[in-house]
Amino acid sequence: MMDMPLLRVRNLSVTYPSDDGDFRAVRNVSFTLGRERLGIVGESGSGKSTTGRAIMGLARHPARVQADELLLGDIDLRRQTERQLRRLRGKRMAMVLQDPKYSLDPVMSVGQQVAETHRTHLNSSKAEAKAAALDMLNAVHIRDPERVYAMYPHQVSGGMGQRIMIAMMLIAGPELLIADEPTSALDVTVQSQVLSIMDELVRSRGMGLILISHNLHLVSSFCDRVLVMYAGQIVEVCDAGRLADAQHPYTRGLLAALPELGHRRRDLPQLQRDPAWMDDIITPLETRMPPPGA
Amino acid sequence: MSIILEHVTVSYGRGAKRFDAARNVSLAVAEGEAYGLVGESGSGKSTVLRAVAGLIAHAEGRVALAGQTMGRRRTTAQRKTVQMVFQDPYGSLHPNQTVDQTLSMPIAIHKLGNADRRVSAALEEVGMGPTHRFRYPHQLSGGQRQRIAIARALILEPRILLLDEPTSALDVSVQAEILNLLSRLRRDLGLTILMVSHDLAVIAHLCERIAVMNRGEIVEETTADALAAGDVKNPYTQQLLRSNKGFDPSGGELDLLDSVPIR
Repeated sequence: MMDMPLLRVRNLSVTYPSDDGDFRAVRNVSFTLGRERLGIVGESGSGKSTTGRAIMGLARHPARVQADELLLGDIDLRRQTERQLRRLRGKRMAMVLQDPKYSLDPVMSVGQQVAETHRTHLNSSKAEAKAAALDMLNAVHIRDPERVYAMYPHQVSGGMGQRIMIAMMLIAGPELLIADEPTSALDVTVQSQVLSIMDELVRSRGMGLILISHNLHLVSSFCDRVLVMYAGQIVEVCDAGRLADAQHPYTRGLLAALPELGHRRRDLPQLQRDPAWMDDIITPLETRMPPPGA
Repeated sequence: MSIILEHVTVSYGRGAKRFDAARNVSLAVAEGEAYGLVGESGSGKSTVLRAVAGLIAHAEGRVALAGQTMGRRRTTAQRKTVQMVFQDPYGSLHPNQTVDQTLSMPIAIHKLGNADRRVSAALEEVGMGPTHRFRYPHQLSGGQRQRIAIARALILEPRILLLDEPTSALDVSVQAEILNLLSRLRRDLGLTILMVSHDLAVIAHLCERIAVMNRGEIVEETTADALAAGDVKNPYTQQLLRSNKGFDPSGGELDLLDSVPIR
């Protein structure tokens, strides 16, 4: 069990049919996830969010999701009915989205929303769920959980809203958390705080985390490993700390195009896109397992 | 054209409910200089920009452009000299108007004439061709739209360009294109630039001098070089600098998190 990956994805593709033929938003995506923090970076339209949604079973009609393998632990996600998937989401895998303003229910107190997840997945009584929700709010460093429990989403700040989302996602004890741009709507000084809380919980619970972001600095400083996506495919896999040594011209181009403090250039090098980057990558990139216990 | 702000305060509400969006802001930007304002949401940086643009009539204090103090109501000629580019090119262009209509409108308002020639010149200036002239915003990419927004600002031949987070809605590769375009325009046209951003690296790329704002006030005035060297005094600026480098495991102070909710 120790060495069994939390998530195994082989040859995942998501296709949207259109009048001009099929559009392959995600293709040839293969990776495994252990108890680690994996980053997925890419620009808008690269397929990074679609990959996350496909894993969660949220890529809806008319999208066609295909995979040779899509395993969450020993559960084959391809063979789950919609009803079974609903049970898995929240209980075994959870997702945090970009903006808490839109992902929290505006007409329900935030505490009740956290408690609702507990009741739904653990069949708990109202009192049990409330106690668990208060504990969880405490775990995401909310100082006065009783007071915050009764607050509505419009009464909390963005950073607090996102911590409430994290509390809600982790309360039923999932083993996989997918965070899709969890801090992009937040101010920079709040970003690190929200990430460190997420990191603390993910580590202490031995979970796997997929962090989807367009922010190269953020991903390389936070994650263990990074997948770089371009036009629906993984074009590069590297250790997060070694992103600066990336080989693929796309990754290198992105890094070069970032303005940098202390390295002022008259003009920033613009990314020259090579049509060859669009070619299907048939042999999947080496997606090694992380060392156990990493 | 120089920009001088002296003790500019913008407040909303009165009495106990009075809220100062910008408090006692003073700064001076020389002709041809690029000056940056950084800060987080609610820090008042956009408010200052709007006061310079003349979009906030009730601003207290003195706003002087090229040595001339601006009154409550600006003349058409005064308005022509200050133009602004907004953050979100998806929201700042009229969805039902073609690029041609969008660019022709300011010419008609300011009765400049020669619309046809001016529109094609402005398009060329921002690196777009005649093929884009009769398209609607939804037919353009984000970067192309921001180019059109810049062309709309330039078409009146302003001397001051105000930039409100001009690249934060764009991808990294497109951001580089737009930043390069802005620095070229600044060189070629000798524009004075006042730019707002939350991204220190972006602002230090374009601007020499930078003011850091927090809760409506300028807490520190610094330079791009000092920022790069980490030579800043204010603790808030220091934290901003750490956060801009990516994930900061020290986490900073949690007090900031539980501050007043920002809508």
